[in-house]
Amino acid sequence: MAQSTTKKKPVAAMIVMGVISIALYATLLLKQDVINSTFAQGGWFALLPIITAFVFSYFHGGFTGHFWTVLGVEAARKKKEVK
Amino acid sequence: MPDIATSFINLDAITILYLFGVGFVGGLVSGFIGSGGAFVLTPGMMSLGVPGLMAVASNMCHKFPKALVGAMKRFKYGQVDVKLGLILGVSAEAGVLYGAGIQEKIKATYGDAGSNLYVSVAFVVILATVGGSVLYDAWKTYRSGNANSEEKAGKLAKWIQSINIPGTMVYFKSINARVSVLFTIPLGFATGLMAATIAVGGFVGVPAMIYVLGAPSLMASATELVIAFVMGLGGSLKYAMHGMVDIRLAMIILAGSLFGIQLGAIGTTYVKPFMIKVVMGLIMVIVLFSRGLMVPVYLSQLGLIDTLGDTTVKLLKNGSFAIMIFALLLGAFIVLRAMWQGKKAEKLLHASGALEHGEV
Repeated sequence: MAQSTTKKKPVAAMIVMGVISIALYATLLLKQDVINSTFAQGGWFALLPIITAFVFSYFHGGFTGHFWTVLGVEAARKKKEVK
Repeated sequence: MPDIATSFINLDAITILYLFGVGFVGGLVSGFIGSGGAFVLTPGMMSLGVPGLMAVASNMCHKFPKALVGAMKRFKYGQVDVKLGLILGVSAEAGVLYGAGIQEKIKATYGDAGSNLYVSVAFVVILATVGGSVLYDAWKTYRSGNANSEEKAGKLAKWIQSINIPGTMVYFKSINARVSVLFTIPLGFATGLMAATIAVGGFVGVPAMIYVLGAPSLMASATELVIAFVMGLGGSLKYAMHGMVDIRLAMIILAGSLFGIQLGAIGTTYVKPFMIKVVMGLIMVIVLFSRGLMVPVYLSQLGLIDTLGDTTVKLLKNGSFAIMIFALLLGAFIVLRAMWQGKKAEKLLHASGALEHGEV
């Protein structure tokens, strides 16, 4: 398993995704009044929370994935493939 | 609909940490068994002062991106049957709409107490039958000493796989057989109906995929994430059209649950398949007691039994919520413990392998 032990950890990718993720959350909380009143209008504005959820899941999902990898928490190496 | 402008709660640091923490534990369990967390998150948000409908909507809006990330992670491990997930997901969407309609009718006729009683009785009946069976099956596997062997389809699943209805047959890789969509449609519908009633469709969807269709536990729980994504996306859009989603709550819960779901998904690669059934069955049976405690409260509110004192009601409500949190924490503990043991065993295996090959 020499390959997996020498595999480079995605530290840079984690930092980039983490910074973007923090920026997104900071914007959400600092501008919550404007965001709440806009998103609550319903109708076509319904697309805004959906798009927000996709954007957050992409960046924060990427960050959390790299986070566990950097910590060394990864899938079992000798995993039996399920058909 | 409540007055939306006044429905947004103030967020302080403690509230944010609370939502993040519950999101993490809920995500961990979801990543492992395909669902869970919603039954704690929705009442948890309501306890913070969020109106019921907004709590349901916000929970749903965190659910679909979480399920998407979880499904993608487990897809990498070869555990997701996308075709089965999408087919079940579409029929589940219909079930959600139908279930929401039933809820509205019951609420209009019998009020909040009637609606709550319906939800609690549905919880108790379904969790007792399905949860009890899942747990019993896991126990049987454990006792038989076949925990390591590959799961085989049961009699019902084999019978369903043997029926050929021309024009409706679809091949599913998780089952490795062709099954008529006339069987998958009612299963998806029931999953959606449960999602709209008890907030956790997976308590029906996952056992249905395992016992009715014959899918392995790991694939069933992973495929449930695809169903949850489809259902959550449709449900979120519906609620967002009425401006019911509090995106702050949804995204804060998502912040915690994305850490959890990644960990739960990784956990599935370390455990024996029957552990999925153990965690799911245990959570279902414990939650059953939690909802069971609330039945006398609703019966009393409807005047069907003697009125209960305020102290008794408070005690039952707090007890019920505490049991739900316990169920979720126990599930998370088992996942983490199984993962820890799996990782330790893997390290030992590699160490002995390295010794044998003279690498050390």
